[in-house]
Amino acid sequence: MASAALIIIGLLTTGGAYALVTTSATAETPAASQQQVDEGSKLFQANCATCHGMQAQGTDAGPSLIGVGAAAVDFQVGTGRMPMAASGPQAEKKPPQFDQAQTDALAAYVASLAPGPAKPDPKYLQANGDAAKGAELFRVNCAMCHNVAGAGGALTEGKFAPELRDVSAAHIYEAMVTGPQNMPVFNDLNLSPQDKADIITYLRNWASAPSPGGLDLGSLGPVAEGLFMWIFGLGAVVAVTVWLTAKSN
Amino acid sequence: MVSPGTAVVVSDAIPNPGFPPERPRVTDLDPKKATGQERRITLMFFVSILASVFAVAAYIAFPITPGDMGSVRISNLLLGLGIAIALLAIGYGAVHWSKALMSGHDLVEMRHETRGSDETRARAAEIFRLGNEESGFSRRVVMRNTMIGALIASILPAIVVFRDLAPRQDPVQLLKHTVWKKNTRLTRDPEGTPIKASDVTLGSVFHVIPEGLNELTDRLEEKAKAAVLLVRLDPSELHESPERRNWSYDGIVAYSKICTHVGCPVALYEQHTHHLLCPCHQSQFDISHEARVIFGPAKRPLPQLPITVDDEGYLVAQSDFHEPVGPSFWERSL
Repeated sequence: MASAALIIIGLLTTGGAYALVTTSATAETPAASQQQVDEGSKLFQANCATCHGMQAQGTDAGPSLIGVGAAAVDFQVGTGRMPMAASGPQAEKKPPQFDQAQTDALAAYVASLAPGPAKPDPKYLQANGDAAKGAELFRVNCAMCHNVAGAGGALTEGKFAPELRDVSAAHIYEAMVTGPQNMPVFNDLNLSPQDKADIITYLRNWASAPSPGGLDLGSLGPVAEGLFMWIFGLGAVVAVTVWLTAKSN
Repeated sequence: MVSPGTAVVVSDAIPNPGFPPERPRVTDLDPKKATGQERRITLMFFVSILASVFAVAAYIAFPITPGDMGSVRISNLLLGLGIAIALLAIGYGAVHWSKALMSGHDLVEMRHETRGSDETRARAAEIFRLGNEESGFSRRVVMRNTMIGALIASILPAIVVFRDLAPRQDPVQLLKHTVWKKNTRLTRDPEGTPIKASDVTLGSVFHVIPEGLNELTDRLEEKAKAAVLLVRLDPSELHESPERRNWSYDGIVAYSKICTHVGCPVALYEQHTHHLLCPCHQSQFDISHEARVIFGPAKRPLPQLPITVDDEGYLVAQSDFHEPVGPSFWERSL
């Protein structure tokens, strides 16, 4: 009798969890297996729970992860931003601590807590959209922080918008959907998945296009270019002036 | 006579050291060295000729293929290098010639007096007097005055034409008003698609233009005043004064994107701090406190656009901005 009750309880919990996972992961992505969720749960307890709480409910040291979805985990852990090395103005990109299977397990666990943005459909990550449309959307929505060439830029109080040229298409997409750290959210009702694909196309296009002006000095704009001319241009003028006025021996 | 400006006589002024002793150059002493320098300068001019020919040859050998930016780059690089080396070598050769081979003696050439000689001055006055007498400039008054009048009138067309470049309407009224009015829908920049309040999730930022802006002939002029940033905050984080309580909708607020300092687009929004940073001069506005200035040269908060939703759930403006957007101007009363 007791064992039968235990089996029923076990079945119900697994089924419930499974139902939760299938609803949260939406129709586009394959549902995470229970095994992945369990694996992710263990990884979470060992590596994330100190700051995000045992049930991912959040503590003073880190925000709640309930409802952030698999996309947020894949971005934060996949780019090495999480686990954070040290607290500072913002979590910085570093070599990821977990491999893709572990990251997927963590994502599956966090996605099992509550519905949230799922990982992007690979068809939007092919960089085969409309680069011109993407450029326009990028200029309106992204370029003010990330620079028109995706070279990144400074924000307030030590924060900065990172450069985008060597960020993978999936991570760019996930960042737009989830709004990591101080980046605002660009949900699918603001920029549709196709809009996001166009933006990725533009960024990939830029990264592969040759620079017609030669050395691009990091594409940082007037600061880098002005500094270059200040040092080398004015330096040459001073050197020539000294040579012109020196007496020949 | 000592003029007032030069009345101070410095008693311990540094004496003029004069020229350093002249010393002969090696090219003055050794004819072989001089020949060597001559060869070097000749070589420079020869290099210049070669570089000029190279520039022409490279321009022909590496044509610009339309659509291929790489070909523009190589063509520009080689052409530019050729011309640069050609001109630099001429300059180097000429300067080196004058420094190494031309006479190296120090010369002192005093400045001549600014005032002309009495003779020259008398002659100049005579020329003016003669000119006046022969032309009758001061005698034939009517003719002279009509000529002056004609000269003045000839500028008038330019004044009228250039004045007409200014906006036809009163510029003060144009600066005070934007195309926003009651029930204008908020739409996405650049597509112009309307935005539902439910689309704006927490932490979202929308770059907004008024509905119908894309159809206007002067859409860029109007966009420069009407651009708006739309964000949604947790209503508990929103600090609104009582008179603006109904200007937002469920935590969604809309602020002018035009900086009140010199009019740059302020759009660097930080989701968690709610700070809005202007990229030009680093003014910072706090969106959670009615866009008040928290740092930088801006002196006024960003104007807020009062919004609400229409029957279909789309965000609409309640009215135009209640104050002029953008930087100050002379007639601004606020």
